[in-house]
Formats: sequence, structure tokens, C-alpha cells
Amino acid sequence: MPDLSLTAIAAQLFTGLVLGGILVLLAIGLSLIFGLMGVVNFAHGSLYMLGAYFGFFLWGFTRSYWAALLLAPLIVGVIGVLVERSMIRRLYGRGPDDPLLLTFGLSLALVEAAKLVWGKIGLTLDPPAQLAGAVDLGFMKFPAFRLFVIAVTTLVLVGLWLFLEKTNVGLIVRAGTRDPLMVRALGINLDRVWLLVFGVGTAMAGLAGILAGPLRGVYAEMGVEIIIECFVVVVVGGMGSLPGAVVAGLLIGEVVSLTSYFAPKLAEIIVFVVMALVLLLRPSGLLGEPGLAE
Amino acid sequence: MRAAYRWIAEHPAVSIVVFFAILPFIVPYKALATQVLVYGLFALGFNLLYGYTGLLSFGHAAYFGLGAYGAGITLAKLGWHSVWMALLIGVAAAGLGGLLVGFFSLRRRGIYFAMLTLAFAQLFYFIAFHMADLTGGDDGLRGIPQLSLGLFGWQLPLGNPLNFHYFALFWVGLAVAALRRILDSPFGTVIAAVRENSDRAQACGYDVVRIKLVAFVFSALLTGLAGALDALRITVVPVEALYWSTSGQAVIMTLLGGAGTFFGPFVGAGTYLVLQDRLGLVMESWPLVIGVLFMAFVLFLPKGIWGTLLARLGPRRAGAPVA
Repeated sequence: MPDLSLTAIAAQLFTGLVLGGILVLLAIGLSLIFGLMGVVNFAHGSLYMLGAYFGFFLWGFTRSYWAALLLAPLIVGVIGVLVERSMIRRLYGRGPDDPLLLTFGLSLALVEAAKLVWGKIGLTLDPPAQLAGAVDLGFMKFPAFRLFVIAVTTLVLVGLWLFLEKTNVGLIVRAGTRDPLMVRALGINLDRVWLLVFGVGTAMAGLAGILAGPLRGVYAEMGVEIIIECFVVVVVGGMGSLPGAVVAGLLIGEVVSLTSYFAPKLAEIIVFVVMALVLLLRPSGLLGEPGLAE
Repeated sequence: MRAAYRWIAEHPAVSIVVFFAILPFIVPYKALATQVLVYGLFALGFNLLYGYTGLLSFGHAAYFGLGAYGAGITLAKLGWHSVWMALLIGVAAAGLGGLLVGFFSLRRRGIYFAMLTLAFAQLFYFIAFHMADLTGGDDGLRGIPQLSLGLFGWQLPLGNPLNFHYFALFWVGLAVAALRRILDSPFGTVIAAVRENSDRAQACGYDVVRIKLVAFVFSALLTGLAGALDALRITVVPVEALYWSTSGQAVIMTLLGGAGTFFGPFVGAGTYLVLQDRLGLVMESWPLVIGVLFMAFVLFLPKGIWGTLLARLGPRRAGAPVA
């Protein structure tokens, strides 16, 4: 029987928040890109993997974790923009399956390329020295790096929310997810907005990668494994719904964290049980609108 | 040329059987021919759903794996030493899995379907991974015996590669004929209507979700047969049979060959496996080459090899048979 004290469960809940935060960072980017462009970016997970590897090597190269934390997502965002420009753009108008197939192929190629360049054996990414210890929260001690991940995730989400709600470009993005045709008819050039959203979305994937590295390890397949969890988050939350992505990401994070504490063998399976339950009871997702984005 | 094309187009099942009957004598080693045959059937099952019904499944590893484990567990764990029983149980397990996943996945339309099928396939993978007593877990299911086929008093040992090839060809021939029959039936016309415009098919009074579910189960049955044959072929079921990369193989093979064409899956399986075989000799990262090739196909040759050939060579007349 595992330790049932309040402290142990609180620690598990906090860990769930960390895991959920990583999923939210990924699912929001996925959801934004889908909402605006109708593209399910399968390679989102592989860009997350690139974020982790770039973070590892940039840290070693610049000798500053903070520089790596800033640069890795930027580089991943630039790669995302290049992918959109050079490949995905050609497929607009061909239906949603083709971009999914293309990014699946890209993801396969990136996994193999990562193995070729960085080797088949995973790397260990340590938290930086300043964040290595534990922080006494009064009622329990919790690893400082995990608190840092929660803080960064919150910061990015609040920033994104302010951008979407308070700026003109954010207004265009929100309108574009509702009705791209109408936005174009009003004389707005959506191409540049698409590029921006793709860049921001993929940069968030890169950030999630460097943040998750110390928690989940850095290896070539890390991206494909997490993209499947993100698909579950998106189905549970409702595709195209940003609040849905946040709620579902945190829910899945907590469910996985608690299950891995009480019944470790079921931790990988429970995610899919939650998904099946949501499909039975609320097929359009917790916060999704029926008929939207189908 | 045209006459030969016409004959092939009118007798697709016979053409496939004839082609695979001579293939073992053409390729570098006989096992490669059988592999193309079995994986071609796998892609054929996927193609029924994607190419003909318009549903992109990223989770066909589930039915391939269920077929393989169904057959493998029957022989290795239950101790029923019957090839027929093994195939039957494998195919039935895949059909049941298809019914279950189809029921859940078809609650959402469009792009969700791909994500849901992928997620459910991963669920089967984790279940097999943790049920090591039954499935062998990470080590794979071992100890599948190589049996002999009792036919009218003869014993045909299936351990012999050529014997096994023709045994598999018998089943693939039946499956291909069944698929041709399904596609030529009124049901085949209805799934084409669902693919082209499912709202309109709905408006015409068809129960679109049920039709998709039936197509899904048919597809799972064909895929399960491929899985069961593969378990007999290599006498082991690796847990990777259920992994997402196996689903990806069916997707890649079908698109390389040509989705929605009858021979496409076999052409694609052949291309994939020959590339894997040849590239594997010179480099470790052959999947990188296949990934890039696949992207090039999606971008520039979406009809695939066979589909593009058909568009060039095929009949101009409407209503003529298409292979």
C-alpha cells in the first residue's frame, strides 16, 4: 500500500501539474495550428524532441542554461516556419489528411535523423545547478526545477492569453480560427498570420522539449510518444478550444501522476480509458463545440 | 499492351495469384516474396479503409497485432496445434478489436478519426506490453511451433519457405477475391459514396456511421489475417507488431503504391520491403530514406506508383474496369 499521507498525495498532485503543463504547452500549439490552418501537425512531437536535443547542446556550447532555454525554442520555431513555408503550404486545399501524412513522414525522418546525428542512446539532461535542489513549501519539499517548469508554463500561457485577447494580431488569430474565409474577405492577409502562428506553436513545442528533458529523458522517440498523449488531450479537451486544451492537459497530467503512484502498471493505459469515457459521454470533448473543426 | 492491361484489370485476383506464384523465383531470396505477400495483404486491409472508404486510420497495427497474437497464443500458449484454428482465432480477434475501436473512433468525424485510431492502437500496445504472461511482453511471444499441413493424407511441412509461400498465397488469394467481390457489390458503391461525400450519402438515407463501421471491421479482418500469417511465417510475435510504427508501415506502403487502387498496396509493399532489404545492407538509417521518400510522394506523387501508372496507361473510357 503506498503512503497515503496528505504530503505524499500533494507531491503527486504537483508532479501531475508539471506533466500537465508540458502537455498543455504542446496541445495549445497543436490546437492553434489546427484551428487556424486545419493542419494536424504530427511532427509537433518531433519538434519537441528537437527542442530537448538543441537545449542539451546549446547549454554545453553557450555554458548558460538560460541562453539555451531561450535559443532552443527560437531555433525550433524557425524550423517550424521553414517547414510550413517549404512543404505544408503546398498542401492547403488538399484536405486535412495530406498535411497529417506529410508531417507523419517528416516525424519519421526527424526521429531517424536524430538517431543518426546524436546516437541511439538517450541523453541525460540535468536541471541547472541553481534549480537542482528542493524548495521547502512549508507543508512539503518539492524539487525546485519542477516548480520552475510550472512557473514557466504559467508565464507562457498568460503571455499567450494576453496576446490573443489584447492585441490586434491576436484578434485576427481568434477570428481566423472561427472563419478564415470571412477574415480574408475583410482584406486581411492570413498568410503572414499563419506563419506567425506556426512559428509560435512550434516554438512552444521546442520549449516544452527543453523543459521536459530533465523529467522524461532525451531520446529520439520521445516526440512520437508524447504526440499520442497530446492527441488524447486534444480529443478530451475539444480540438480548437484553447481552454479545453488547458483543462484536458492538466486533467491528463493529474490522472497519469496519481495512477503511476497508486497503480504504476496502469499509468500508461489510464490515459486511453479517460479518452474512451469522454468519447462515450461527451463526444465533442469537455469544452469543444459539436460540429466545430470536423 | 492494352490487351494485357485489360485482362489484368478484369481478373485482378487471378493476376495477383499468378504474379505471386512466380515471385519467389525472381527475388534474391524466397522469404522476401512471402514478406511482400503478407505485408501487401496488410496494406490491402488498410487501403479498404483509407483508399476506398476515405477513413485515414493510424492504428492498423492494432489489428495486425491482434491477428498475430491471436494466432500465436493459440499455438504457443493454448496448445491447440491446428493452423486452421490459429488463423481463425487471429482473424476473429482482429475483427472484434476492429468492432470495438471502430465503435469508439467513429463517434468523432474527420481528422479526429486518425488520432483516435492511433491512440487506441497504442492502448493495445501497452496492454500487450504489460500482460507478459500471455504475450511475452517486451521479449515477444516465442515458441510458436512450425506445423505441417495435413492435406488428404499428405503432410506438407510449413517450415519449408516455398511451401509456406503457397500456403499464404492460398489465403491471400481468397482475401483478394473477397475484397474484389465487396468492392463490386452494392456495398462497394455505397462506401465510394461515403468517401466522396458522406453528408450527401447521409442525406440519401444511408446510415453512414454503420457503413463506416462495417468497412472498418472488414478492413480489420483482412489486416488480422495478414498478422496471423506473419506470426506463422516468423514463428514469433514481437510486441512491436502493435507499435505505432507498424501502423505507419501500412500507411507508407499504401501511399507509395497508390491509395484507392487494387494493386497499389502490393506494389507499395514490394517497393518498401525491397528498399528496406537493399538499403539495410549499406546503411543503418534506411528509415530516414523511406521517410523522405514518403514525404516526396505526398507532395509530388499523391497517386503513388501504381496510381500514376494507371492515370497514364489506364482506359480513357468511363466505366471500364480499373485495377
